[in-house]
Amino acid sequence: MVLFSGDNLRCFRGERTVFANLSFCCPGGGALLLRGPNGTGKSTLLRLMAGLLKAENGTIAWDGADIADEPEDHNGRLHYVGHADAVKPVLTVTENISFWAALRPQQAQISDALAAFGIDYLADVPGRFLSAGQKRRVTLARIIASPARIWLLDEPTTALDAGAIVDLQREIARHRANGGMVIASTHAEIGLADAEILNLDAFQLTEQAA
Amino acid sequence: MSGFWTIVRRDLKLAQRQGMDSYMVVAFFVIAVVLFPFGVGPEANILARISSGVIWVAALLAAMLSLERLFQIDFEDGSLELMALQPVPLEVVVMAKITAHWLTTGLPLLVATPLLAVFMNLPYEGFWVLVLTLAIGTPSLSLIGAIGAALILGSRRGGVLLSLLILPLYIPVLIFGVSAVDGAISGLSVKAHLLIMAGLLVAALPLCPWAGAGAIRQALET
Repeated sequence: MVLFSGDNLRCFRGERTVFANLSFCCPGGGALLLRGPNGTGKSTLLRLMAGLLKAENGTIAWDGADIADEPEDHNGRLHYVGHADAVKPVLTVTENISFWAALRPQQAQISDALAAFGIDYLADVPGRFLSAGQKRRVTLARIIASPARIWLLDEPTTALDAGAIVDLQREIARHRANGGMVIASTHAEIGLADAEILNLDAFQLTEQAA
Repeated sequence: MSGFWTIVRRDLKLAQRQGMDSYMVVAFFVIAVVLFPFGVGPEANILARISSGVIWVAALLAAMLSLERLFQIDFEDGSLELMALQPVPLEVVVMAKITAHWLTTGLPLLVATPLLAVFMNLPYEGFWVLVLTLAIGTPSLSLIGAIGAALILGSRRGGVLLSLLILPLYIPVLIFGVSAVDGAISGLSVKAHLLIMAGLLVAALPLCPWAGAGAIRQALET
């Protein structure tokens, strides 16, 4: 069983310790839900897991190997959904998704991905005509189009309507059934009722300790 | 390698659909050169004397003009962050974007150069040497400029800062480019100049994508 884990992490942002002594562990098929008030470092932790940020202390490991050793290998097994949608206004929905899929070695299933989020009718529409919710659906279709083991979702439900959230729940369940792992920060219900909850409030340093 | 061409194709497609950008660079180049006869007067021998320098400086400023947008738009809409999270090394991504930048700005400049050389009364002996120096020089401009374009990510007033960072680094390319043309006009051998320019390009090819990728990683950490 593969394991994605972090040990004793500590992160500084702008002269302030965001969190310290944080450890997490996510097995294949597992899910981890990040909770905590705004500013407790949910996004920071997700960027740390993606390898965009470096921890001040501690290591993040895939199957025991530090992810910083082979960053491209780590990138190949993760999908990251951040705050920005990265949808190009002059490219059509299909072109947007197939570009990202083409950067990965696996065979892409673009029409299936569009159908999963009910945007197949938008396939040839340029990005500039999409609403915020439709752009979000395109972003989520991007992560389904080419398979990756780890999904890092930072507030994935922003701008989504109820129907799209149901689609997301179904895709997350299917991803986990295939042995994938989901790590998400969200305040909405996305079918992660059985997920392990990591409350970042517990890892804040008090002023005197910092 | 397929990732490299995927990004080049995407950037070319973006440039083609957004239009304008490369036309504006060429238009700036032409207008900047055309201003000189108005400024210094139409005497043919004076124009011939300054033609190679004027064309080179105008090409340099025109290339500079488009550099600000090289990474900025992808940075703002989150694409750059995602590109850094693909199995393709970030250095390859940067190299691909530089290649697309040169194809959409350096190459059109090169096409416009013969026309401007005639316009500026450049002596015939320097004609092809000018085109050749620009052919070797403009890829270096795109490469070196990419470091600046990556360093200004996330800063306000990036365009001015970019000029301050990059223009001093363009001086060697400018000196050897112009002196090769002057040498050809005076009947001297230009081989040494061209070899030094080629050497600058060969040095920039591996170093600039590496430095640019480093700067982008820094920008993504904030």
